[in-house]
Amino acid sequence: MEISLAAEKIGHIGSLPITNSLLLSWISTAFLIVLAIGATSNLRTIPQGIQNVFESIIELLLNLINGVLEDEKKTRQYFPLLATIFIFIITNNWLGLLPGVGSIGINEIKHGEQILVPIFRGGNADLNTTLALAIIAVISVQVFGVAAIGTFKYAKKFINFNGPINFFVGILELISEFSKMISFSFRLFGNIFAGEVLLMVIGFIAPFIAPIPFFLLELFVGMIQALVFMMLTLVFIKGAIQEAH
Amino acid sequence: MALEEVQVAATGVSPETIKLIATAATIAIGGIAPAIAIGMIGSKGMEAIGRNPEAAGKVQSAMILGLAFSEAIAIYALVIALILKFI
Repeated sequence: MEISLAAEKIGHIGSLPITNSLLLSWISTAFLIVLAIGATSNLRTIPQGIQNVFESIIELLLNLINGVLEDEKKTRQYFPLLATIFIFIITNNWLGLLPGVGSIGINEIKHGEQILVPIFRGGNADLNTTLALAIIAVISVQVFGVAAIGTFKYAKKFINFNGPINFFVGILELISEFSKMISFSFRLFGNIFAGEVLLMVIGFIAPFIAPIPFFLLELFVGMIQALVFMMLTLVFIKGAIQEAH
Repeated sequence: MALEEVQVAATGVSPETIKLIATAATIAIGGIAPAIAIGMIGSKGMEAIGRNPEAAGKVQSAMILGLAFSEAIAIYALVIALILKFI
């Protein structure tokens, strides 16, 4: 039973390595694109089928975001990024639970012994993916803040010379933006990777019947982590677009 | 290398043993404070919902947010333990 913290490389495009979690991220992206095209190809006023499912998901997310922002116009403005974060992360997490992920692989020789390199691995079980999502989220928060209240007022939140204490607080806020990136990425990576390790260990010890509650747990955790990522980005956006008091 | 062998022979404790103990201690001790924090957040949240059932939606959202922040600390400890074990 081999567990690797880093996602294993399974191929190359030119000089860029392709890892197994990148492959699953591509598959989940393709899955979402196919679903979206299927849902919007014959739009009807009274929705049916996939369009119905998508409309209910979007209504759910809109209500959730509206509950925090309490402003319809702002909700629609920030909805695309937040909904994309949620849907992408939850699809990645749930597709990583399918049978075949982590078990189908290539036998390779590494360090003198033969190990199995799986060709699929949970999309968010790679720190690169979660770091990318975290950087996108934090930079988007800055961009939305600047777009809402202007560069000068937004910069005054971080660098203001009104007094020594305010200056120090501003510097701390600047540092805390970077710590948000690390916190976002490690929270998602830690949860999903630990889930994968747990499932592998349970599958190793008791492969029949015992993994069922753990799969339920992982379904739940996958959804909660997507929700948490989205809600935290939302709360940071809300804080960024407010004028400094 | 001779120093390590002397250490192992003299005290019976090798670097691998210390690494193992450190891995286990990291996650064990690192999980105590987040567990207490999650318990307190959950209990205050339930109390708030009990007092004011109409605000249950808002309280629930804020509670889940607080739970995620405090759980993240336990996840940091878990990541360090995993790094110690597998690298």
